[in-house]
Amino acid sequence: MSVETGPVSPDLERAAERAERRRGFRLGLPGFAYLVIFFAIPLVMVFVYSFATRSSTGKTLLQDWNLNSYRRLAESIVVQIAWRSLWLAVLATVICLILAYPFAYFIATRRPAIRNALLVLVMIPFWSNFLVRTYAWRVLLGSDGPVSQLTSLLGLGETRILFTPLAILIGLVYGFLPFMVLPLYAAIERIDWSLVEAARDLYASGWQAFRRVTLPLSRPGVVAGSILVFIPSLGAYVTPEILGGAKTTLLGSYIVQQFLAARNWPFGSALSFAVMAVMLAATLIYFREGGRTL
Amino acid sequence: MKPRTTIVILLVVLLMVVMSACGNSADTTTTGASAQTTTTAAEAMGCSAGQVDGDLNFYNWSDYIDPDLITAFQDQYGVTVTQDFYESNEEMLAKIQAGVHYDLIVPSDYMVGIMIDDGELMKLDKAALTNLGNLDPQFVNMPFDPTSDFSVPYQWGTTGLGVDLAVVGEDHPYSWGIIFDPAMNQGHQVSMLNDAREAMGAALKYLGYSLNSTSLDELQKAADLIKSAKDVIVTFDSDNYNDNLINGEVSISHGYNGNFFTAFDSADNPDQYEYFMPEEGGTVWVDNMAIPANVDHPCTALTFINFLLDAQNGAQLTNYNYYASPNAAAKEFIDPDILGDTAVYPDEETMKRLEFIEDTGDFEINYTDYFTQAKS
Amino acid sequence: MNSGTRPKGLVERLLAANSWIVYTFFYAPIFVLVFFSFNDNRNVGVWTHASLRWYGELAQSHDIIRSVRNSLIVATVATIVSTVIGTAAALSMERFRYRGQRTYDALLYLPIIIPDVTMAVMMLLFFVQAFGITNNLLGTRIELGLGSISLAHIAFDISFVAVVVRARLAEMDSSLEEAARDLYASRWQTFRKVTLPLIMPGVAGGALLALTMSLDDVVVTSFVTGPGSTTLPVYVFGLVKRGVTPLVNAVSTLMLVASMLLVAGSLFFQRRSRATGRGGGTVET
Repeated sequence: MSVETGPVSPDLERAAERAERRRGFRLGLPGFAYLVIFFAIPLVMVFVYSFATRSSTGKTLLQDWNLNSYRRLAESIVVQIAWRSLWLAVLATVICLILAYPFAYFIATRRPAIRNALLVLVMIPFWSNFLVRTYAWRVLLGSDGPVSQLTSLLGLGETRILFTPLAILIGLVYGFLPFMVLPLYAAIERIDWSLVEAARDLYASGWQAFRRVTLPLSRPGVVAGSILVFIPSLGAYVTPEILGGAKTTLLGSYIVQQFLAARNWPFGSALSFAVMAVMLAATLIYFREGGRTL
Repeated sequence: MKPRTTIVILLVVLLMVVMSACGNSADTTTTGASAQTTTTAAEAMGCSAGQVDGDLNFYNWSDYIDPDLITAFQDQYGVTVTQDFYESNEEMLAKIQAGVHYDLIVPSDYMVGIMIDDGELMKLDKAALTNLGNLDPQFVNMPFDPTSDFSVPYQWGTTGLGVDLAVVGEDHPYSWGIIFDPAMNQGHQVSMLNDAREAMGAALKYLGYSLNSTSLDELQKAADLIKSAKDVIVTFDSDNYNDNLINGEVSISHGYNGNFFTAFDSADNPDQYEYFMPEEGGTVWVDNMAIPANVDHPCTALTFINFLLDAQNGAQLTNYNYYASPNAAAKEFIDPDILGDTAVYPDEETMKRLEFIEDTGDFEINYTDYFTQAKS
Repeated sequence: MNSGTRPKGLVERLLAANSWIVYTFFYAPIFVLVFFSFNDNRNVGVWTHASLRWYGELAQSHDIIRSVRNSLIVATVATIVSTVIGTAAALSMERFRYRGQRTYDALLYLPIIIPDVTMAVMMLLFFVQAFGITNNLLGTRIELGLGSISLAHIAFDISFVAVVVRARLAEMDSSLEEAARDLYASRWQTFRKVTLPLIMPGVAGGALLALTMSLDDVVVTSFVTGPGSTTLPVYVFGLVKRGVTPLVNAVSTLMLVASMLLVAGSLFFQRRSRATGRGGGTVET
């Protein structure tokens, strides 16, 4: 608020506030309108479609509303697929965290000049096309690809990691590692090191100082990074399709299948909506724990 | 909070009402354009032979047409052909039902039946198809299109197994058992088609059932069989099955005969590979050219069909993709090695063991569901 | 951070080793990819000898050229529109107070959280219904194509731009804007001469993020694409599924080179604007 000298009539002040509010509202209106039309309404449609019926030839009939699709969510095959996807996403997140934390810590503790160079080296893969980076592993992991040739040289024989869940895991970690590194780096870099110094002054060992001061202070970064890795991993489609060989069915592929091969749009909609609801819940819970927003 | 939730609920109800109203008018489809269709497809527009009305949007299986034929058509008629590809009939149907406009599609036999029933195909203007007489009578008026009003045969073939003789040995069993039987499948790496009807069909045939079975029990057994073979099945792939065999990724590959032969030809050692139809039988299929009801350029589409029905073009097609041609007049131009190959043109005895895939109506979705179950 | 708090000795060496491993992990696959794009063998993993044949094939492929063109069109439209709308949205959220802001806040975050498969499904259903209704009412023949792809990309890009710009606005010292207002600057003048230059790095970052998201997108695009409107990543995805030859490597290499040029370009732009005093961090006092 600007500082004013002298009395101002309350009416004038209220009118000014109202004008401010209108201005803010109008500024945000294009975005709001766009998102309502092209996001909120489509979302509601998915919700509506999940209650529709599927004709015998796979057309969606917007009548005879029912809960069949949601009942199917409890089927053992769906639970199996969901569980597998969840497990893989958690693993990917944990591995990313283990790899990225020391890495981010290292960068954050370098001199500023070196820090920037190191960051640029992380940015380059980040800005590179995701599909291309995932495809690179397809080349590497084939039975006569470089990895297999390497293990042959070492006397371990030919290995084919391609088309296994391990390949998918590697692809997920590789694809999403930058999403873990960057928020972690941002959080660690922001830490007030005088606090750590104080801990050391109080006879804390290096490790104790880390565990009790640095780690908790970096939590917002851990939270943000985990979410940015967990969510795309859970709903991943491209990575399993390229590296998984259709043998391991995960949620992403299963949903797409419902819209293409199975042509069961009501069920596909129910699945999509359910997955989104789970992610939303996870995000909200995690945010409450972590405190800071993105 | 309260007024907001009320608004959201009202919005949802309103949306459902609006969509039901739109959905129930004329037809209960979700397609955009063909509002006037009910049970029969739209009438063909009057097109004369050789007439074109714009560029062609061609939706086809990948690697199914000789690029030289596309170029020849473009040059001869002065139009551009834009190609998009699909991996399975169901994928193509999903896009067509979503209202995407293509001028020409290539559905398989049973899919033609489904699309005719749903009113998604345009009736062909036979006046524009002057080369129709070139067809082998065996492929006219087939069960899925009794009046041959909606489709023209494109290529036909079989689905069997390609094997790497260096791995499975010259004297391997000629049976689906090399995938499914634990006594026969040890040490093999198998690729199966990522297609519910084909993969389930293979299992059903091995078990001695029809691949058009409408018994949930038989389907369950087939799904269990596939599941039990998961150790040897490396991948489900409808596109790379031939390449994966040639580059050693797999030693046994389930796929379509023509694609195998194309791949064998480009391998370092073609004699190392073999395609065969297992003794229990398998699928014989015929792919057809058809025009969607919401077509933009029907005349160009009809001209293209007629172009491919020409004897020499039909032969060029077979000489390129190694599939059998339904075009009797084309036989004199087809490479004699292909004509004489019983893997391309099976003999009478083998044909008896083969079945066409037929639409099972309401039961159809079970194939997809059981297959997904087997794959998980 | 001073010598009292920096990691030392063994810990320092372990951290450095870990960093080497991570960098190798990042770059090795990329190098392999580029390396094999010059391979003469049709089989991707087996090196025969060097050749440029795949690049030649690439240059002659109408399909690839068309998909590149489509990608660029969609990405440009989506980036420009979403940057403008997203920046306006960010300003609206950070500098003003009005009713309904909380709903807007949630709406802005949703597209980031939502899995892209769900987004793809949503957009497909929406366009099928919307085009159906429009075509029935107005007799038009709108269908899925570049338009629907652009609209879908803008939908998720707005949120990404908004998040980045909002972060920048929150960090920024708003007293500078107040000072400008005190000096009788109009709202528009304040925005143009004070706010905008200060948030420019954020806007640029948001735009770059939107561009990347748009060029990276596979699932959403493949669901709402129509005949002839395939974009490059969707086409490459199809290539990978159809038959893996070094042609894909060649396309990938060129895409990587393009990304690196983009990063280099944006860094250069940043450094320059910082040097001339425009758009840098906080104003030095």
